[in-house]
Amino acid sequence: MTDKNATPKIIYLDNSATTQVHPLVKDAIIPYLENLYGNPSSLHTKGQEAKRAIETARKQVATLIGATPNEITFTGSGTESNNLALKGIVSKNKNRGNHIITTKIEHKSILNSAKWLETEGFKVTYLNVDKNGTVDIEQLKKEIRPETILVSVMFANNEVGTIQPIKEIGEFLKDKDIYFHTDAVQAVGKIPINTEELNIDILTISSHKIHGPKGVGALYIRNGTKINPIIHGGGQEKELRSGTENVPGIVGLGKAAEIAKDTLESNIKHLNMLSKKLEKGIFKSIPELILNGHPENRIPGNVNISFKYVEGESVMLMLDCEGICVSTGSACTSKSLKPSYVLNAMGKEIVFMHGSIRFSIGTFNTEEEIDTVIKTLPTIIKNLRALSPIYNKN
Amino acid sequence: MVIIMYSKKVMENFKHPKNQGEIKDADGIGEVGNPVCGDIMRITIKVKDDKIEDIKFKTFGCAAAIATSSMITELAKGKTLDEAKNITRKDVSDSLDGLPPIKEHCSNLASEGLNKAIDDYLMKKKE
Repeated sequence: MTDKNATPKIIYLDNSATTQVHPLVKDAIIPYLENLYGNPSSLHTKGQEAKRAIETARKQVATLIGATPNEITFTGSGTESNNLALKGIVSKNKNRGNHIITTKIEHKSILNSAKWLETEGFKVTYLNVDKNGTVDIEQLKKEIRPETILVSVMFANNEVGTIQPIKEIGEFLKDKDIYFHTDAVQAVGKIPINTEELNIDILTISSHKIHGPKGVGALYIRNGTKINPIIHGGGQEKELRSGTENVPGIVGLGKAAEIAKDTLESNIKHLNMLSKKLEKGIFKSIPELILNGHPENRIPGNVNISFKYVEGESVMLMLDCEGICVSTGSACTSKSLKPSYVLNAMGKEIVFMHGSIRFSIGTFNTEEEIDTVIKTLPTIIKNLRALSPIYNKN
Repeated sequence: MVIIMYSKKVMENFKHPKNQGEIKDADGIGEVGNPVCGDIMRITIKVKDDKIEDIKFKTFGCAAAIATSSMITELAKGKTLDEAKNITRKDVSDSLDGLPPIKEHCSNLASEGLNKAIDDYLMKKKE
């Protein structure tokens, strides 16, 4: 697939941050910004047009994850879905217990929701990860208490890409009276997911990570799950998410989900091919670096590397000057001036934590682009190392 | 994540830093920062007739850390030791058309590094 709309010369390798809207998604959205402007809650023709569009999208999203359409609730973002999952489940089920289990490497929308729930009197256990960023399932088993009502473990980590043992966790929890939520924002469209087979009760999806528009997300909620809304109002989305539906956004997410489903196999192949090429190329041409995340069990397209003796923001900006967009876990780009909490939980050496660069490859990237990155990067690292007082090789 | 908007001057000094490297037989060395905070700066100076005849830097850090290091070497070169000691973090920041608030500490690090190098020279001279 070629990218017709992007600015020439930019090589975008930050697809875990966001993705370009797929041209077919854009085409699907346009009519809903023009003639099809109805409010899905209206009973007249215009309203019902919009209502039908939302129901089509619901089917498309459900199909992608092996769910039934009535198990899909549309929200405003992956963050909102995660908030709804945590706050909605615990508030409805607090009569059964007050304990939640999650991990140290979740997205901030989970971690900060959990922290807030702690201030409301809930108890939260944050599971450790090993050096590859994999959750310790034995620790999870040990931490289960009679008061545990929810386990939330991300499907794949956004920084280092490590895929979590979701199947094993689902299997373990299946006969227990504990809900299992997974934040699958980074995994959807890159890993085959079937909520039934994996025994997942609640699952978070974000539209803009799968070539859909921003400002829309979805939450899969297994039929029969007891959950409260966190946004109250007119009772849209079966009382779970009030507010007039973002029809163009939902249509876009639906189309993006359909494309993701239809192209899943070829997309995985494409992403794996490019990320292996990038990883190999970088390791061949640059000494003293480490791969962050699991060596094999990562989401396709994720290559997170720490370059010793140099700082991540510098590398990122130098790459940006060459038209290559990546991201970094460096302290210098965080509000707290602390390096990545994910790499920290993985027990990385401090110099490696400051020098991490995440390349996240997407559907629209090409082999030529990867070649350019492999050609450009060694000089940048060499120059920054020559400038580094902790690099004594020259 | 915070959005960091650097001035053109910062980017210029980051991309093409001046006076980078290390003076082999330096008269004064100033090293500041630590790996935990993510910035380390080493400034080496050559002094002649109480003037900074030559100055070089090496920095591990972000774009702002590199740009402020480069700028302080430019500001200090050719100055008397007294003049150089009076270069403030604000002088560094102003010469770069300002720094994002979250990066202000980098200019502090640069002036600290220079001061340390000068102090090191004065100490050695006393001995």
